[in-house]
Amino acid sequence: MSLALSIGVLAAAGVFLVLQRGMIRIILGFVLLTHAVNLLIIAAGGVSRRDAPFFGGDTSQAADPLPQAFVLTAIVIAFAITVVLATFAVVGRRDDDTEDVNGSRSQNGVDGELEAQLDSEHESGGERR
Amino acid sequence: MTNIVELLLPLFVGAPLLLGGILFVVPRHHPLQLIMGMGSLLALLGGAIVLLILTFDGTILVHQIALWPGGISIPFVADSFSSLILVVAAIVSVISFQYMIASGEAQSPFIASLVLILAGGVGGALLTADLFNLFVFIEVMLLPSYGLLLFLSRRGDMAASRLYVTVNLLASTLFLAGVGLIYAVQGTVNLAALAGAGDDPATAIATAVCLGALAVKAAVFPVHGWLARAYGSASPAVAALFSGLHTKVAVYIVYRISSVVFEGDGAWMTAIMVVAALTLAVGAFVALGESEIRPLMLFQMVSGIGFILIGVALFTPAGLTAGIVYMVHHMVVMASLLLIASAIEQTYGSGRLDRVAGLRTREPLLTAAFVISALSLAGLPPFSGFVAKYALVLASAGAGQVLIAGLLIIVSLLSLMSLMRVWADVFNGKRHKDVELLAAEERIRQREGLFDGVVIDSDAAAAEAARALEQHGPPRGVLASGDPHDHRGTRIPLRLVIPALMLSGLSVGLGFGGEFLLQLAEHASSALIDTSDYVEAVMGR
Repeated sequence: MSLALSIGVLAAAGVFLVLQRGMIRIILGFVLLTHAVNLLIIAAGGVSRRDAPFFGGDTSQAADPLPQAFVLTAIVIAFAITVVLATFAVVGRRDDDTEDVNGSRSQNGVDGELEAQLDSEHESGGERR
Repeated sequence: MTNIVELLLPLFVGAPLLLGGILFVVPRHHPLQLIMGMGSLLALLGGAIVLLILTFDGTILVHQIALWPGGISIPFVADSFSSLILVVAAIVSVISFQYMIASGEAQSPFIASLVLILAGGVGGALLTADLFNLFVFIEVMLLPSYGLLLFLSRRGDMAASRLYVTVNLLASTLFLAGVGLIYAVQGTVNLAALAGAGDDPATAIATAVCLGALAVKAAVFPVHGWLARAYGSASPAVAALFSGLHTKVAVYIVYRISSVVFEGDGAWMTAIMVVAALTLAVGAFVALGESEIRPLMLFQMVSGIGFILIGVALFTPAGLTAGIVYMVHHMVVMASLLLIASAIEQTYGSGRLDRVAGLRTREPLLTAAFVISALSLAGLPPFSGFVAKYALVLASAGAGQVLIAGLLIIVSLLSLMSLMRVWADVFNGKRHKDVELLAAEERIRQREGLFDGVVIDSDAAAAEAARALEQHGPPRGVLASGDPHDHRGTRIPLRLVIPALMLSGLSVGLGFGGEFLLQLAEHASSALIDTSDYVEAVMGR
């Protein structure tokens, strides 16, 4: 029951964050969502449905190894994609339409990454003032 | 022979991944990048053709990873269906990569590696018979795709890449949740062990979660909206590559799951039928209203996904055969049309219907490729589209779905209408006065590595345009009017046209060889109707 509740809370929080403005919030939302799914897979385990695949033996005291292997793989993949997403949060901030700074996208392109960064820092600094 | 190939099945995944990894450390401009990249894609194609020949008589090749007994190991399976799709996916990869080499995009960092890793992921997703393993291979396909989008996003438009990553991550998470639910109900994620489990409502719902996630990846209505935006600002060659691989792999898995787990259960197939009919109608309608070539083609692609899914929704031998033929046809023709669109965009700087005009007299070879591909997509003989659509309409009518058969024909007319708009504006329209300047601006942007939005100094553009006129000068001199915009020299280099020509040639070949293609698809569909051989082979019984 507690597992089901935590999956529900994590999934709800994740969906809420994904629907927010701002790439960082979206990333955090996905982190929570993947946690929810990982817990779901762990909860899916159970050895009562089948015998031990080799050598027979008593499985009543055993944990189901398969979901653990699944979750391990899924965590690694989610980690990799979170890094990719984090890259998208810092690269090309000029056209980040998840951020909606002043509602309009720049018409002119970007000459270089540095200039873009300077500009965006300038813009955000200007807004704060 | 069969035994050796069975042992080598994991190489379809392992070899591209390994070579892709090696290419990461090869210097960026080293010729080895392109030689090894192209060589391994061609080898993949060769291997896929060998698989197709070996599985032609209904043989099913199985390799249990690490030789664990069937039912416990992760199985790799090649039957006539997966081999056929693997062959076409390899063809699309080879030709898209050829286009990337021709357009110079392959010079960007790591492109060859990323394409190889993507190909490896596709191989794995098509061959594996384990749902969790499938999830892993979908991720293996997606990660290099993010890289390709990032490195080749010429427009400085990261927003589309962000959209692509988030949509796919959400769908993957949903798919993983579905796999977890299936494991919770059945205690296994081996596809063969799940055969017929769709009778159990809990398993059916868990599997439906997976199908829903795949629907997002395949861009099925109502979750199709991301496709045109995400692919619309990717590099065009990348869009062509993805169109042949990502969405089609998702559709392939829908076919596989529907046949093995649901065994064509009526209620579920009706649900797929409704969604497919809406997808094909909505895609064609939206395409009518687009004002740029690429989004227009991308919505045609959404429409095509609907056509393919009608095949599995019918779940009759004729329906599945027609659906598989349509899938093959659509992968080839869509890649061809997208490569044509990209050749136009890269040369003339714009794909807007109102800004490019008069290509019919100016670019004869490209026009030929476009006419063939467009007529093929619309479904006119003697091209592959005719075979596919004719078979699909016959199958729908044969299964008593007369309404669907009528819808297919009406939607084909809508597709023809939107393609006629491209023909009328871009190919047959009056020569736009600015076309020469637009092309010159685009060449300057490419030469100096600028993004698309950058405003080019008008004097520089005029000078470039004049220089180009001098260089590519009209073969028979400027026309009598003396208007410098009126000349007939081609602008699109031949090397950018050849990939599209090859694909449209293939479409013609598949049209004339329709009997052969139908025969291949019939073998594939018989394995989908009767899954007992598949299950026996995978479970090792």
